[in-house]
Amino acid sequence: MTLLMSHYNYWIVVALMMVGFFIVIAQGNLVKKIVGLNIFQTSVFILYISAGKIHGGSAPILNDSITVYSNPLPHVLILTAIVVGIATTALGLALVIRINKAYGTIEESEIQQRDHSC
Amino acid sequence: MLFATAIGIVLSRDLIAVVMLTGIYGFLSASFFVLMDAVDVAFTEAAVGAGISPLLMLLTLAMVGRREKASRSRNFFALMLVVITGALLMIGTFGMPAFGSANAPAHMHVAPRYIEQSGTEIGIPNIVTSVLASYRGFDTFGEVAVIFTAGIGVLSLLMLKPAQRKAPLSNVAKHHKVLRIVSKILIPPILLFALYVQFHGDYGPGGGFQAGVIFAAGIILYTMFFGVDVAQQVVSSAVLRVLAAFGVLLYGSVGLVSMLNGGEFLNYSVLAENPLTGQHIGILVIELGVGITVAAVMVMIFYCFAGQQNKKEEAEE
Amino acid sequence: MLSHLPILQVILPLLGAPACLILGRGKIAWLFALLVSALSFCIAAMLLHTVYHQGVISYALGGWQAPWGIEYRIDLLNAWLLLIVSGSSTVALLAAQSSINVEIAPEKQTIFFVAWLLCLAGLLGILATGDAFNVFVFLEVSSLSTYTLISLGPHRQSLWAAFRYLIMGTIGATFILIGIGLMYIMTGTLNMQDLAQRLPLASDSSTVFTAYAFILVGISLKLALFPLHLWLPNAYNHAPSIVTTFLAASATKVALYLLIRFTYTVFPSHFSQIDIPLEEIFIVLGITGVLSASVAAIYQADVKRAIAYSSVAQIGYMVVGLGIGGVLGLQATLLHVFNHALMKATLFMALAAIACRIGVTTLTSMQGLGRKMPWTSFGFVVGGLSLIGVPLTAGFISKWYLVSAAALSGRWGLVVLIMVGSLLAIVYIWRVVEALYFKPAADSTPIKEAPLAMLLALWLLVFANVYFGIDTRLPVSISAEAATALQEGRP
Repeated sequence: MTLLMSHYNYWIVVALMMVGFFIVIAQGNLVKKIVGLNIFQTSVFILYISAGKIHGGSAPILNDSITVYSNPLPHVLILTAIVVGIATTALGLALVIRINKAYGTIEESEIQQRDHSC
Repeated sequence: MLFATAIGIVLSRDLIAVVMLTGIYGFLSASFFVLMDAVDVAFTEAAVGAGISPLLMLLTLAMVGRREKASRSRNFFALMLVVITGALLMIGTFGMPAFGSANAPAHMHVAPRYIEQSGTEIGIPNIVTSVLASYRGFDTFGEVAVIFTAGIGVLSLLMLKPAQRKAPLSNVAKHHKVLRIVSKILIPPILLFALYVQFHGDYGPGGGFQAGVIFAAGIILYTMFFGVDVAQQVVSSAVLRVLAAFGVLLYGSVGLVSMLNGGEFLNYSVLAENPLTGQHIGILVIELGVGITVAAVMVMIFYCFAGQQNKKEEAEE
Repeated sequence: MLSHLPILQVILPLLGAPACLILGRGKIAWLFALLVSALSFCIAAMLLHTVYHQGVISYALGGWQAPWGIEYRIDLLNAWLLLIVSGSSTVALLAAQSSINVEIAPEKQTIFFVAWLLCLAGLLGILATGDAFNVFVFLEVSSLSTYTLISLGPHRQSLWAAFRYLIMGTIGATFILIGIGLMYIMTGTLNMQDLAQRLPLASDSSTVFTAYAFILVGISLKLALFPLHLWLPNAYNHAPSIVTTFLAASATKVALYLLIRFTYTVFPSHFSQIDIPLEEIFIVLGITGVLSASVAAIYQADVKRAIAYSSVAQIGYMVVGLGIGGVLGLQATLLHVFNHALMKATLFMALAAIACRIGVTTLTSMQGLGRKMPWTSFGFVVGGLSLIGVPLTAGFISKWYLVSAAALSGRWGLVVLIMVGSLLAIVYIWRVVEALYFKPAADSTPIKEAPLAMLLALWLLVFANVYFGIDTRLPVSISAEAATALQEGRP
């Protein structure tokens, strides 16, 4: 039981990750896939940041009145990861627009059909 | 709440609803980050997840349509895969230290030095900025490269040919006088706020990336109401490319100057007589480089996406 | 300046990319990119020389010592790979301008070279760093630029291939990120050497096992290890021909490097042997990849696609070598990394030349080209011989080592299967040779030989294939030393 209480945060994050992962692989619409990818990545960020939190700590900005700070390293890593995420999203969406122009659709099944019939 | 939003996204068929939910998801994440004391991250996630991401998605939807078609064929296999992966991850969390514990290995080894020494070694209050810009400055250099790469990628895919730029464009906003006037009033403060965030990043949440995004938001606001045409006369695509490249080069040159002064790449302590001053100068300049590239690339990406909309409208006329 | 070599290796192309964007107009972009790549190659050669004679090089970025700062750490393994990647980039760039004149619109050519330099910088950055998170950042730099390069291909399938690779690649990168995060949570550090010391203390926990599993899966996606290889045939087939040449010789090698690095240097390897039969998994997946991909290659109508499947097969060989383990197995893998880069670059370069002249690479359209494009065709033949593993070519050397390693470890069934793989390769190479030389041309349109730059690049590679098949001192000694060093690093 104590395991549940201390770790439930992490489990919810895992569940979120899996929802995102599911959207990416199961759903056929390309924009939704990218959304799923976003959710997947954001959940990973939540995992990292949760790991950095210390009970009773505060934001890692130096201040004489504070003694306990939360861990700044995960914050740094996630800032970079967020940027990487948006870069991927932008590129992915640009590809979707071009694919739509070339194939006339953004559903995975239809694209594969059109490729096979060519 | 986050979970409910995510499920909503899975089930919804209307893509615009999906985008809205994505924005909400981003916003909720940002709030969560605040609760976790990660204020810089919250700031960035709010700008990205509730700002840029939905914006770009909406622009895409304007081109591709808002409805999703039903297809149930691969769901079982995908569900199995997801369950297995999730279970593996869950097992993985058993070994992790309890949430919020102060004795976790993550807090015992590398991090304490940042917290204890960054005041004396670097001299700025925001520890995240210290780590981001100095201790792990090379990662941030890579991050700028990532943004630049994304800009290049979008440019290669959606580049506007010169002919299209001169075409007259349908502009719904011309009819909304109120919006135009309000946006004209809002834009200067937005740009100023961006500059504030840029330079205040040492003392509070903020820094190059967030500032770049806000600055870009100001320009994008202008573009939305006055049209890509007009905006391009103010800030043209060619200028944006040069600026995007310039930001990266600026960052790199700081590193090169360090090397010329006898230190390693990106060692700011050798940039001035007093190491602390050197650190401040180094951080200031590289953050500026980040801000310039981010702003330029964001606007460039927006031009590319919005320009597609114009092409489509021309084709339809 | 010499002490700064490790970082110069990466920032030269990394800063070269934006500079190229500003400078770029037509031929200047190409020449600049070629210059940058050639300089990178020289730096890599110098680094290899230094590491070989003086041992591991460590460079503390920002002046902060690891693990508080990011460390660049060059040992024999990554110096070897730095040479291979920068070398293949330079040779491919030599032929690039002629090739893309046919396949890419003029206004996008500058962007092409900028993306190329970014890709090069990303790959070199992954190789040179000693920090796990830094790997992730540069992995994404190289991945995003790769998606861009692929999408510049001439067909609409290029866009779809790029998108599928984007999805699968990002999933892989995110898995790796999860693994890195879990490792950090258990140890508090990101530096690879530091992790190697601290992970054994936590090795009984399920978290470390999960971390390794996720990193393994993430890397396997990028590596195109069976069964996660689905993105590769399409991506290689529809990318601009010269991009395929570069990628085939470099991108998957870098993923293999990561696999080796994480398995041998970071994770307590004794734990991976005890808990899960990792070696067996590698061998099984590897050989399955070899056989299934080789069979698939035989049935392809498009030669470029067939050779792409062949790449999946070759990666399988490399992983088999890892599975066999020991100094000999590792050495076989490292040798094959080098030789595969050579042979694939040759094959794809020849195909690029053909595509340059006739626009397509289907088997039927290539009939009779043996007479019209003699130099190119013969280049393909030599590459093919190397692929099969004929003596006097580089490919023979690595096949020999692989078979020896398998035999010495008593896995005779494996030896047979490896030979079967070679036999299958003979089939699909023969189909091309038959079309080139023994079938009459479909029509009598005159087709010129490939442009000079491409021929030059091609025959440079052909020469290297034969040279290293005969004088094997350099690759063998380096791979032997690197393998030994890796083995010694194990507890």
